[in-house]
Amino acid sequence: MIVHYGYLDASGEYFITVDDSKCSVCIEKGCIKACPKSIFMESENDYGEKVMMVKDEVRKMLKYICAECKPSVNRPPLPCVTACPYDAITHSW
Amino acid sequence: MLMGKKDYWRWSENVYIDRNKDWRQGEIITCGIDVGSVSTKAVIMVDGSLYAYSVIRTGVNAQENAKKAFFPMEEETGIKIENCSYIVGTGYGRINIPFAHKTITEIACHGKGASFVGGKKIRTILDMGGQDCKAIHIDEEGRVTNFLMNDKCAAGTGRGLELLAELLEIPIEELGTRSFDIDEEPEPISNVCVVFARTEAYGLLKKGWSKNKVLAAYLRAIAERVSSLIMRIGVEPEFFVSGGISKNVGIVKRIERIIGLEAVKVDIDSQIIGALGAAIFAKALYEKERGII
Repeated sequence: MIVHYGYLDASGEYFITVDDSKCSVCIEKGCIKACPKSIFMESENDYGEKVMMVKDEVRKMLKYICAECKPSVNRPPLPCVTACPYDAITHSW
Repeated sequence: MLMGKKDYWRWSENVYIDRNKDWRQGEIITCGIDVGSVSTKAVIMVDGSLYAYSVIRTGVNAQENAKKAFFPMEEETGIKIENCSYIVGTGYGRINIPFAHKTITEIACHGKGASFVGGKKIRTILDMGGQDCKAIHIDEEGRVTNFLMNDKCAAGTGRGLELLAELLEIPIEELGTRSFDIDEEPEPISNVCVVFARTEAYGLLKKGWSKNKVLAAYLRAIAERVSSLIMRIGVEPEFFVSGGISKNVGIVKRIERIIGLEAVKVDIDSQIIGALGAAIFAKALYEKERGII
């Protein structure tokens, strides 16, 4: 299952997309530790698979919370994306 | 003398019972309750087929909503909550259903429900609810393969339409049909934000636009906004629309034009799809727990 966490508003689209089918086979879930803002957590989806999810309380603030990792110039690789060995995480902005 | 003000936003609550069935003759009675932000829906299935449903407005007492949604069916048929073999809660207020055996997200429930009523060919679902909008992809079993939800912006939600109905003083159930009663389709309103759209709509009315033309411009803006959500996950036939706004032909037809697909039409109230999906899950869970399958 591909899950888009985030939102769309008048200023743009702010989604972190996670491919559960890749995520569920990952034991380490390195993305959870890699995020400096601790926005990820491990939980079970509706089909009983252990996957990484974006915490509900931060879902509508991603534009601001993730800003630290996204400077407008010389943007470094995103820690969560780099930590994922299965390329399961993408950001829309 | 004070005159009573008409509530243009007020949509009809309803209850349906399949009089050809008798729940007392059934072996497995399951119930799905979808507590949404604007409406609460309850569905009863008898041995896997739809028996009854009710749709009510969600009240302020979260724990009472589920009971109140069940009550019209109890009143009509004598069935009680205790008669249900298994109950699954879903929706925004699913954690506040004290008698539910399990809760499941509304995303999975809409997938299951749409597949049940629309058939196994359904792949793309748009659920336009009271305060959010979801685009969902499912496989032939109704299992969710891709989904996206937007609940930060009120454009394309039932609450947004309720406000529009009040602003234009048009009953909410007439918004869709009246939006086609125009000479030419206008450009969409530029502000999809419900608050600013109200201001823009006021301005257009002052400029001499008819209510129907303003309505058409607003519904077109919503349709364009919502279509961008569906296109983000990719549109794949067949296409199904659920949620309260699925009853608004003015939005659904405009979305169909934009994405180039006609939505599958079904005979039952498409507002109950989430609750129906929950009732289907309830049967599967009951059978699994009892070792029936």
